[in-house]
Amino acid sequence: VPDATGLELLAQELREAQPDSVHDTEFFRGKAALHIEPAAIRATLEFLRDKGFAFLVSVHGLDYYPREPRLGVQYELLNMEAADRIAVKLRVATDDPRVESVTPRWPAADHQEREVYDMFGVIFEGHPDLRRILMPEDYEGFPQRRDFPTGGEPVLFTKDEADGRDYTA
Amino acid sequence: VTDLSEYRQQEESIDFSAREQTVAHPETGYEQELLTINFGPHHPATHGVLRLLVHLEGEVVRDLKPVIGYLHTGIEKTAEDKSYWKVIPVVERMDYLAYYFNAQAFCGAVETLVEVEVPKRAQYLRVIHLELNRIMSHLVWLGTSALDLGAISMFWYGFRERETILDLFEMSSGQRMHTRYFQVGGVIEDIPAGFEARVRAFCKEMPDRVEQYKALLAKNEIVLNRLRNVCPLSQEELLALGVTGPLLRAAGHPWDLRKAIPYSNYEDFDFKVPVGTVGDNYDRFFVRLAEINESVKIIEQALDGLPEGPFITEDRKVALPPRYELATSMEALIHHFKLVTEGFRVPPGEVYYAIESPRGELGCFVRSDGSSKPARVHVRDPSFVHMQAVAPMVKDAYIADLIATLACLDPIIGGVDR
Repeated sequence: VPDATGLELLAQELREAQPDSVHDTEFFRGKAALHIEPAAIRATLEFLRDKGFAFLVSVHGLDYYPREPRLGVQYELLNMEAADRIAVKLRVATDDPRVESVTPRWPAADHQEREVYDMFGVIFEGHPDLRRILMPEDYEGFPQRRDFPTGGEPVLFTKDEADGRDYTA
Repeated sequence: VTDLSEYRQQEESIDFSAREQTVAHPETGYEQELLTINFGPHHPATHGVLRLLVHLEGEVVRDLKPVIGYLHTGIEKTAEDKSYWKVIPVVERMDYLAYYFNAQAFCGAVETLVEVEVPKRAQYLRVIHLELNRIMSHLVWLGTSALDLGAISMFWYGFRERETILDLFEMSSGQRMHTRYFQVGGVIEDIPAGFEARVRAFCKEMPDRVEQYKALLAKNEIVLNRLRNVCPLSQEELLALGVTGPLLRAAGHPWDLRKAIPYSNYEDFDFKVPVGTVGDNYDRFFVRLAEINESVKIIEQALDGLPEGPFITEDRKVALPPRYELATSMEALIHHFKLVTEGFRVPPGEVYYAIESPRGELGCFVRSDGSSKPARVHVRDPSFVHMQAVAPMVKDAYIADLIATLACLDPIIGGVDR
């Protein structure tokens, strides 16, 4: 496990290679995480790949509403030789939620980046096929955002259709 | 036209001319057309509502795109609306053949956040149920896969043993599926009298049953022709695509979280990790069959070493007090009331907890904001990630092999769509 000191050393090395890339480090419940600048995501994952964290396990989105910048994207990396994990976390604002896609180098991220786009509206630039994946393709809104209400789904009942009424929210 | 949504406008502007091109065969020079068909969403071989957009050249699959989401029920969103212990039954319903695993992944993440210690007896009881669940899941896979290859009788044999396991689940928890047996801090109830004997009887019988399955399938010429050297994928490609579990082990990579990063006391048990050699459908098939036997060994060891002690944490802030205390202890009544109405509060933080499900790495990410409801629950379901590997696996294979490969991939659409 990169322990607290190991994580600091890793972060220091990354800072030297990529100035202004690391905002913060976090060691929580025995697990290391790097908080990074969104623009540095590819360089960071590339750097960690050279350190052995070559397997991209999971990409998941978060909404830190009401805190800004609201949206978060997290990358779970696995080092299979050392049986070791590290997380890379970044935050983007809702008015310009753009992150460089890592799919061209880590094909494992393909579906998961699409899911984050689908649920949170984070746009992954350079993703080969960024479409909605779980929600219908013509769906509007990003349902996993914290300000999207549960049951906010518009439904068309046939009884309303006869009245000339449309979808009811 | 102007009031069309942005997406509809995009759709109107799609140029289909590229798909209508003809392809000349390199040797014969005959022109063949690429045919795009919908495979599913309602097709018996897709094991659920999965739709594959398949581009065929004659009978050969040239390209494929999985279209998923037909079973999306917004479980992750629902979970944000419930207190932690009420989330367990909803996450259990994601991958509906591995409900103990879903519950373990979620409970493990919450336990890490709360820093509650799970008693050893509870860990062992969890292992027994997890491994029974693994056998059950593999039996459903075995039955349905054989069915896809045209062997109907295997389906009945597989479901016969599955029934025995479901009866065991009913005995320990009162439910056959989605048992809600795992709780944050342990399990809901100790196993009843007679449970151990019945599990032992099952463990004694199961290896013979596996031999019988093998007698039916392992030397069956049709099965061998349909599986051997069909749709292999190398270790490197599988790793790049994020594939774990039996699919990765079939390609020869001995990665198993139970061995590599043990959880729930798996380090106490002696078991082997079956691996394949080339990573074709044959390896995928027999790695899973071998895993059934290893699971039986783990269950027997867990029963032998089952420690005495509490089956759930004594921490009353997290776990319900025992029923008999409610009539005599005011303290217990207050704890019970607090837990049932508000639930327990979880310290703020973010945790990712991964376990080895029958299909691969099942990870649960939980973010807590300090309240009694999770701020985000995300499950990294192996089936969802493995859907990416279908296209590289079946490229340039026959459409019949697509069926066999999809069966050997073992996707559970409930887990894919969540």
